[in-house]
Amino acid sequence: MNIVLKDVSKSYNGAAALKNCSAMISKGIINAVIGPNGSGKSTMVRIASLLEPADSGEVRYGGSHAEPQNDISFRRKIAVVLPGDSLFNDTVFNNLAYGLKIRKMKKALIRERVTELLEKFQLSDKSYSSIRTLSSGEAQRVAVARALAVKPQYLFLDEPTASLDPVNTGIIENVLHGVNTERGITILMVTHNMFQAGRIAGRIIFMYGGRVIEESGSSEFFANPGHEITRNFLNGKMVW
Amino acid sequence: MYGILISFEKAFELILSLNRELAGIVVLSLLVSGAAIVIASLLGIVFSYVLAFRRFPFKGFLTNLLNTSMGLPPVVVGLFLYLLLSRNGPLGFMGLLYTPSAMVIAQIILAFPIIAAMSHAAIVMVKPNIRLAALGLGATDIQASVAVIRDARYGIISSVMAGLGRVMAEVGAVLIVGGNIAGYTRVMTTTIALEYDKGNFELAIALGIILLLISLFLNAALFLFQRKVYR
Repeated sequence: MNIVLKDVSKSYNGAAALKNCSAMISKGIINAVIGPNGSGKSTMVRIASLLEPADSGEVRYGGSHAEPQNDISFRRKIAVVLPGDSLFNDTVFNNLAYGLKIRKMKKALIRERVTELLEKFQLSDKSYSSIRTLSSGEAQRVAVARALAVKPQYLFLDEPTASLDPVNTGIIENVLHGVNTERGITILMVTHNMFQAGRIAGRIIFMYGGRVIEESGSSEFFANPGHEITRNFLNGKMVW
Repeated sequence: MYGILISFEKAFELILSLNRELAGIVVLSLLVSGAAIVIASLLGIVFSYVLAFRRFPFKGFLTNLLNTSMGLPPVVVGLFLYLLLSRNGPLGFMGLLYTPSAMVIAQIILAFPIIAAMSHAAIVMVKPNIRLAALGLGATDIQASVAVIRDARYGIISSVMAGLGRVMAEVGAVLIVGGNIAGYTRVMTTTIALEYDKGNFELAIALGIILLLISLFLNAALFLFQRKVYR
């Protein structure tokens, strides 16, 4: 199912973060959201992932209206990786197990799935470490692994590789690419890294001033940006 | 000096011989304070969460009132509770005065502000993303709230221990509303006060030693717990 945002607006304390923003998040591929700071990317992620309600406008999942008050079974098809430190003050294992425990999965199944993810993210030796002992790269890998543990149909990631070195970035990108290919999950990822967007995204959404200025397939977007602001942004010129 | 040593010797004899009177007082103290702390913790933690995350009128005033109430004088609490529960008071029909239940209520009133205020401080220190992170993994509203409380658990446990310390050591309120009736409402602190008045130091010292040991045990447990967590 595609996710569609139609004329969505959102303000915080009177400051508009999204202004009649419309966008389409394509089914089964990696969609990258790019744009300057303050363009509304994180707000869009929170509203599209049903973490927050819009002030006006609508979010639709495959043609059906969706909102944070939706049935929990529907919301459980979605997983979100927030920017910055959002790990629970616990062990790595318990962080990965959280989404499975609240779904009341059996202990053996939880252990099996968490172990598999720890291996995939090269965190097996950190299983029972407190998250306080992790490097920022390891912590970010835990955050992404925790979201994938619940096997979401829709995965939202807000700057999942911000300030990470190429090795940690590579691990996360490879896993995201892998799960997208294997399971066909729909991914929306906010990134400031143009190269990363070009590397792994099939579709690019460019935001500016609380609106989507341009959205198109990745190769077309970078080869032939249609909007002047997009061109300036890609050329490294100040656009705000 | 010799008299003090004799008193200590007899006190240890009382403890080691598992004296029935002594044991009864200790058990009642633990039951009253245990019940009070469980109820005050439940109320205090829920209240602190509401105070931290919900918007409502007079929230700032309520927070100040809560912080001020941390230093409530026990005798004043005892006095007001006595007026409420006495036969001519508004709650006199309940027949609670001079019962362990009245002592539990007094201790809840004393422990609640400490637990709520300290838990509130711990909860507002939780990373703002934690609640959203839980929701983003499919948690319900209640599950997300539990995740936040869980993240603040070390601060909350400290608040419960502080509340427990307060009620275990408290004498004024329970003396007024409990009446210090032998075998019924006589707890460790009220017994110490009474036996001191009578000049009977053996039982008072024995109970003092037990109180200190309980305090030591609780603090050691908290220390070990925190060390395990923060390692």
